[in-house]
Amino acid sequence: MSAAAAPTVRLPGIAPLLLLGAVAIMGGLIILPLLAVFHDAFAKGLQAFFAALKEPDALAAIRLTLLVAAISVPLNAVFGVAAAWAIAKFEFKGKSLLLTLIDLPFSISPVVSGLVWVLLFGAQGFFGEWLMDHDLKIIFALPGLVLATILVTFPFVARELIPLMQDQGSDEEAAALTLGAGGFTTFWKITLPNIRWALLYGVLLCNARAMGEFGAVSVVSGHIRGETNTLPLHVEVLYNDYEYVGAFAAASILASLGLLTLILKTALEWRHAGELGARRRH
Amino acid sequence: MTDLSLNPNAKAGGAPRPRLVRWREPSILPGFGLSLGVTITYLSVIVLIPLIGLAIRPWELGLAGVWRTLTDERVAAALNLSFSLSAYAALLNAVFGLLIAWVLVRYDFPGRRLLDAIVDMPFALPTAVAGIALTALYAPTGPLGALAEKVGLKTAYSPLGIFIALVFIGLPFVVRAVQPVLQDLDREVEEAAQTLGASDWQRIVHVVFPALAPALISGVTLAFARAVGEYGSVVFIAGNMPMKTEIAPLLIVIKLEQYDYAGAAAVGLAMVIISFGALILINTVQLLLARRGRR
Repeated sequence: MSAAAAPTVRLPGIAPLLLLGAVAIMGGLIILPLLAVFHDAFAKGLQAFFAALKEPDALAAIRLTLLVAAISVPLNAVFGVAAAWAIAKFEFKGKSLLLTLIDLPFSISPVVSGLVWVLLFGAQGFFGEWLMDHDLKIIFALPGLVLATILVTFPFVARELIPLMQDQGSDEEAAALTLGAGGFTTFWKITLPNIRWALLYGVLLCNARAMGEFGAVSVVSGHIRGETNTLPLHVEVLYNDYEYVGAFAAASILASLGLLTLILKTALEWRHAGELGARRRH
Repeated sequence: MTDLSLNPNAKAGGAPRPRLVRWREPSILPGFGLSLGVTITYLSVIVLIPLIGLAIRPWELGLAGVWRTLTDERVAAALNLSFSLSAYAALLNAVFGLLIAWVLVRYDFPGRRLLDAIVDMPFALPTAVAGIALTALYAPTGPLGALAEKVGLKTAYSPLGIFIALVFIGLPFVVRAVQPVLQDLDREVEEAAQTLGASDWQRIVHVVFPALAPALISGVTLAFARAVGEYGSVVFIAGNMPMKTEIAPLLIVIKLEQYDYAGAAAVGLAMVIISFGALILINTVQLLLARRGRR
């Protein structure tokens, strides 16, 4: 990786200084805040920590978070595979526009990603009255949380798969089809094994964002304790009520999820580098 | 799915005959109609229709009403704060990101891979968690906040606090943009420069930096775009005082709470348009730069 003996520029004279600078930046911005979460979660001892997590509202928030992710992530994964198949295996007009549109949700503020659903389905939204007449609830209920989460995590799987499948081409699939395999068999036996690690990678990132999403979900949730609060919203509610141990205890669960994601992601990058998209190879 | 298995021999041999302009190349692979259909339907339902709703809604106020909403003191202050702090944060991240990428690529030290992995933490850590953690550290009662107070700096609950959160959220974009380019940099070019008698600093300024510039710009742009819309990691540390530390996304939330849908949509639409404008502008600059570099 880094050059062995070749004379690349390294600035040996100020190397310790640069290294120190990098560590200081990472320490102050990333490592210390992470430690602070766990420190404050256990500030009043183990018992207070577990008591905070055993509260019915906390448990309801954890259940809701898992449920929202369990609906949104598979939908985005199926979409990601379909989009990657269409884009990587075929040549058609308007492809680059399609790619741009798929990436679009990444450049939209999470708050706007929640706002658009309120504009459609909120009390004064386009379909607000119709929904009210039919006694259907989307905003301040589970469907709204799911829609907001799906929009925010929309591109994750697709953008992992598209570059990889473009690299891989379609020779293997063509060979299988020529030998008489059906379309579905070809996908199942050839394509899926070829993309499985990248798919897992995308699902991992998608899931982390889905479970940790705050802004978009905050707009559509209504913050009803025990009902429409996901875990990140539960953190907010407790924090604003000055219940710091509870807030940081819940936050430490989310931070652990982030750490776990990072570990799995790094493991995938190290062990299956060749089977991830080129820009993921370290 | 009859149109899916087009004749694979269409290209090979045979006299060229006039044909209708095709919108896609023939392929023996199946599933084009199905996969593209799923893609476009899902994209429309989840992304396009909602965004069209966003684009339509503000205009029920009329052009004058939208203008009044956006030039309202409080809204203008929030938009100004969000965009300018995001730009400053992205610029500082250019320096921080270069430094960290440089250290990760050019030096070997114990813990390098760990440091490398931790760079992605702001991507993986839920924003609300980052928000309360940064606040705990940088509030006057926190260790770093107390330290800053001794030298007369108020960090949390001030624009500086927002700035810190935006630097946090943007850092990985720059590192991850620059790092692969720095890694793949052609060593021979650097060697050639050295053979010709260039000093280390000359080589950095004239060889390494120009090669990194396009990646650096794109990383900084991504960091900027992310910072403009960032909500979770900012609202806790900001203090949210109207006119002073209120960011644009928060204003959307406030307007929604007052059932001012059209006003919220106007602010949202303005944010989307300004950030896209900035993205297009910077992409153009980058394209020109890349073209100049090739000459």
